[in-house]
Amino acid sequence: MFEILEAEQLNKDVTRMVIDAPDIARRIKPGQFIMLRIDEQGERIPLTMNDCDPDKGTVTIVFQAVGATTMKLSTMHAGEYLLDFVGPLGNPTELDGVKRACIIGGGLGTAIAYPQAKWLHDHGAQVDVITGFRSADLIMLEEEIEKVSEHQFIVTDDGSNGHRGLVTHVLAKQIEAGVNYDLVVAIGPVIMMQKVSELTKPHAIKTWVSMNPLMIDGTGMCGVCRVKVGDQYLHACVDGPDFDGHLVDFADALRRGVQYREPEQYAREVAAHKLTSEGRSCGGGVQLHEEQQLRRKAG
Amino acid sequence: MPCVYDVNKDNEKVAMPELDLVTRSQNFCEVALGYTEEQAQEEARRCIQCPKKPCMSGCPVGVPIPQFIEQVALGNFAHAYQLVHQANTLPAVCGRACPQETQCEGKCTRGRKGEPVGIGRLERFVADWAMAHPDEVAAFEASATKSTSHTTAPCTADLADAQEASLESAFAAESDDLDGYRVAVVGSGPASLTCAGELAQRGCDVSVFEALHETGGVLTYGIPEFRLPKKLVAEEIHKLEDVGVDFKTDVVVGKLYDIDELMDERGFDAVFVGTGAGLPSYLGIEGEGANGVMVANELLTRVNLMKAYQFPSFDTPVYAGKHCVVVGGGNVAMDAARTARRLGAEVTLVYRRGREQMPARAEEIHHAVQEGIKLQLLTNPVRVLVDDEGWIEGVECVSMELSEPDESGRQSVVAVPDSNFAIDADMMVVAVGSKTNPLIAKTTPGLEVTSRNLMVVDEQTCATSKPGVYAGGDAVSGAATVILAMGAGKRAAAGIADYLKVKQAS
Repeated sequence: MFEILEAEQLNKDVTRMVIDAPDIARRIKPGQFIMLRIDEQGERIPLTMNDCDPDKGTVTIVFQAVGATTMKLSTMHAGEYLLDFVGPLGNPTELDGVKRACIIGGGLGTAIAYPQAKWLHDHGAQVDVITGFRSADLIMLEEEIEKVSEHQFIVTDDGSNGHRGLVTHVLAKQIEAGVNYDLVVAIGPVIMMQKVSELTKPHAIKTWVSMNPLMIDGTGMCGVCRVKVGDQYLHACVDGPDFDGHLVDFADALRRGVQYREPEQYAREVAAHKLTSEGRSCGGGVQLHEEQQLRRKAG
Repeated sequence: MPCVYDVNKDNEKVAMPELDLVTRSQNFCEVALGYTEEQAQEEARRCIQCPKKPCMSGCPVGVPIPQFIEQVALGNFAHAYQLVHQANTLPAVCGRACPQETQCEGKCTRGRKGEPVGIGRLERFVADWAMAHPDEVAAFEASATKSTSHTTAPCTADLADAQEASLESAFAAESDDLDGYRVAVVGSGPASLTCAGELAQRGCDVSVFEALHETGGVLTYGIPEFRLPKKLVAEEIHKLEDVGVDFKTDVVVGKLYDIDELMDERGFDAVFVGTGAGLPSYLGIEGEGANGVMVANELLTRVNLMKAYQFPSFDTPVYAGKHCVVVGGGNVAMDAARTARRLGAEVTLVYRRGREQMPARAEEIHHAVQEGIKLQLLTNPVRVLVDDEGWIEGVECVSMELSEPDESGRQSVVAVPDSNFAIDADMMVVAVGSKTNPLIAKTTPGLEVTSRNLMVVDEQTCATSKPGVYAGGDAVSGAATVILAMGAGKRAAAGIADYLKVKQAS
């Protein structure tokens, strides 16, 4: 069992949690992930780490309530326990020797991009951070990023923070202005990582993207997390999760990513139902299914 | 050796009660239901207690087979259990998952004319009986310890002559001779469980580290519920906890700790590596990345480990098509096919050789066919047909033919030219073998592995190239059987015990 030490809402969808996991805290590095399971009936979900403190023995995760498990997780409080919390999994991002880096976070990806920026800053690199959000109320980790970056650029889709645009617009401007990045790290929606990679490729700027495919065990066993890199499929859990953005087949990743859309949607509805009623009960699913069908008809 | 009971001369095994076909293809309940006491005694009486005991030479863990069968025949089930259990840590598992037809039963004298004695079924009976009658087992063990030494069973034959020397020394050992030593066991599959159990019974302080959230390794994530109920695996593991084995889940050795750290900072005197062969192999054909195509590991992990067949009561879902093509001819392919069937798919199993060449157990193939799985033999997939949205819509195959046997008797298969044809499918499961995980090898300096990442060990002691580190099971042999892994776990325990004693002496 792993205790939740802190739980804090970063914006209306996103929660930051600090978990008591001393052994993992002393080993985990930027780019690596953990898998957690809330309870006996729970699924295993991968979350790339946001921060760790080896002295306090804590690992910080940031997640958005988008699926059944993250919805449930977002209702948990400090003092409660997670049944399983395993890691560090995957490989750390290769950051050694980088002098001038641009770290790009899209939405929730910002939470995972932050430790890369921090590590590079702590190791003497000059770091620019570009983050993009749908709107100003979703902006996160602005203060933290300010401390570890030379320049922080925040853009929003709707311009509600005064800077309308996409992260790629900012990156393109920086490159045009002659900034010589020797590394770009892009973490966020698949489309964003694709666009960033397409932008950096003609300039031959090394670009890491952090893939977040479906995953079951996270130890190389199940093959669910296959990502097409060059002409071969690799396992994000043991070969990644970071891959060379210039080699990743993003269209393939998008296609594989929607395989479980229907059951995921159903599980979300079940979870929402359970969160509003009391606890789990066996057979509740069937009942719910009927209710939903009725609702759909009524709607 | 005179027989103390009337031999049952029937040439066939007493039939095993099974779940009816309709019920079982719709649920995940165990198919083979097990003998009643009467049926077990009747089957046990088919053993003629022949003097040479060829069955025992076929058992990798040295179960005293005629002796335990004699006790079953006499109705002394607690005694029978004690005889089995002192040689075999996981009898309920082996009675179900062992390929007895190529081991003990393959050597049975009764098998020369008619069916061999149902040794596996009897082992299963004894284990299940013991689980249902813990008090009687405890009472028998208490009386046995009082009246006789633990190692000499009060029955007909002499154990030693049919057993390997290493097993003999393990048996003869005093029960607490490893008191005070600490051994780390990496992985919690059959090899690890056996090694842990053997060492714990000798007083050793054993910690088992498992990467997943459940213990049991392949017994838990791989072999389906309908063949090996997870409750039984849990009970067998619980018995190991009772003898002092400490299980730690969620620990990926090689990531969280490495082997050197376990032996230095964490104070373990020796390490056993039983990490199995969990990585999937792929066909490497066009379209294999299509949606709806998965490796057997995915299907089985979702269903067995994550209980996806109970979605949404359990959170993990599993995709099930209407028509599933399973590729492969081993036990895993059978498990995958029968699982897909239970999820509601019509299943065609594609295998490139003939039925006789299938590596799966005869009983598994039989059950699969019974449940309506179509065997498409001498057929090899060459391409997955994919629709506009990236989902599988069929599998293009070629017909194969067997060549003349070579000197070793093995027939190779070659594709028949221009024999391509398509099978409609909206789901495909690839079950063509598994590989070992390179993690331990990569993170342990001084550990010698082969080009296939198999650990190199001394066959007798299971010692690796790194002092104090032992290995066994699929991590050494590549994908094999539960019982061979257990045999290795047992040899490794003996090897570790010897190592610890030499270390202490020097």
